[in-house]
Amino acid sequence: MSKRLRVNPILCEAHGVCAELLPELIRLDPWGYPILAPGPVPPGLESLARRTVASCPALALLLEPSPPAPACDTR
Amino acid sequence: MKGSSVPGEMADLTGDEAATRALAPAGSTGLPRVLPPVPVGGLRAHEKQHGVPGLRGVALIGEVERSGLTGRGGAAFPAGKKLRSVRERAGLRGAVVIANGMESEPASAKDAALLARAPHLVLDGIALAAEATSARSAYLCVRRQAQAEALAAAIAERDGYDPVPVELALVPEGYVSSAETSLVRYINGGPALPGFSAQRPFERGVRGRPTLVSNVETLANLALVSRHGADWFRSAGTASAPGSALVTVSGAARHPGVYEIALGTPVRDVLELAGGGGEIGGVQAVLAGGYFGSWLPGGAALGTPAAPDALRAAGAAFGAGIFLVLPAAGCGLAETARVVRYLAGQSAGQCGPCLNGLPAIADALEQVAFGTGGAGRNGHDRALRWLRDLFGLVEGRGACHLPDGVARLVASALRVFADDVRAHKRGPCLAARGHPVFAVPSRPAPARAGEAR
Repeated sequence: MSKRLRVNPILCEAHGVCAELLPELIRLDPWGYPILAPGPVPPGLESLARRTVASCPALALLLEPSPPAPACDTR
Repeated sequence: MKGSSVPGEMADLTGDEAATRALAPAGSTGLPRVLPPVPVGGLRAHEKQHGVPGLRGVALIGEVERSGLTGRGGAAFPAGKKLRSVRERAGLRGAVVIANGMESEPASAKDAALLARAPHLVLDGIALAAEATSARSAYLCVRRQAQAEALAAAIAERDGYDPVPVELALVPEGYVSSAETSLVRYINGGPALPGFSAQRPFERGVRGRPTLVSNVETLANLALVSRHGADWFRSAGTASAPGSALVTVSGAARHPGVYEIALGTPVRDVLELAGGGGEIGGVQAVLAGGYFGSWLPGGAALGTPAAPDALRAAGAAFGAGIFLVLPAAGCGLAETARVVRYLAGQSAGQCGPCLNGLPAIADALEQVAFGTGGAGRNGHDRALRWLRDLFGLVEGRGACHLPDGVARLVASALRVFADDVRAHKRGPCLAARGHPVFAVPSRPAPARAGEAR
């Protein structure tokens, strides 16, 4: 299943590490906060995306199933 | 149409009996429905007027779905669908109901009026929603001490009357403190600030339980649908926007206040309920949907039906039923700039793009409206270009929709007041230098999470 990147804007502290590691999909706005390319992560970039997520000092970057998983009520 | 008004300062609108005045009926039937012209004091008087609820539980959810009732807090989400989503997830742990009476939008007074005049109709709605969603607890969120005290008395009257006791929550004020996730966080013991989660409150909210967050006017309508059914509900309004809705008309209106309208009533007639534009030259434009809404130009556009779908198609919004009237002599750019400065100050400061982007939008718009920052024509053009960039830099990048709302509002101002934008290139108009029309509050910013970045 394809994945997409998402940023938790509350946790993000504009370290900018993500844009350094994954410039193909992430650029920074004038204040240093990440702007993510729309759409799913291309399969070729998925492992790099995973490493970028793990490198975020604020743990603000997420790699999620794309499109968002349908709401399920198995709880 | 029959309306009742609460004139006076918006901040003081409480639905007080002395300030209430019924306007002459103008031909429509069955209104008002949820907002009585005078307060219904006490549970007995309420029951005498409305009788006891009829449909309950799953049957009520089906009836609400057939009624076409949508949320009256601004998003106009189908109420039946929301109830069903929460009930389906309730499971053994049960669900939670939050009645949202926060009304953080400064230009709205309808929830305060409703809670003051028909508290038991809202409390009926909370009880019915709790029963229908298999909820184990229910909260009523308000932001004023006096409101909380009056409602506590109403709740005390219902001792043993409701399946789930209603707990009052006095939530700190703030523009974003009425967001669904803010209320969930607050009740969970956190700050009343928007949250970020993969799951929405209807999936996972208070104490991890599926949580129905519903505006108090929506719940009052739920209580009426329980009694009178979907067909009755649909007998007012239009096929795509059935029922009645509370609206707050202010700005340059002769009789600013809260009115109940049939959805789909032309905006012009809604303004007429409030005595029409109070100044010579008529209505230049209307800020429809309030601070979270968009501008609707005057003239032919005032024939637009006051309903979520129709106003959205016209580039504006119904939101929580707010209509701010801009007179011919006012400056739409200046009014918008003051509103945007207020909204920028209401950022919770949690999300970088909002914390940085909203003040930047406010600065740039002030440059366009007031010629602040000097630099003449170049400054004006630069500010306009920067504004268009800024919209893209804030949209969709906050935990809540405050940045999206600000971008949408300013974009609509640049569109509707395009002639003024050109004229302001030579400097601010006289109206921009004059007195404000809208009473934008100068509230302190909310308690911010963390330090500024």
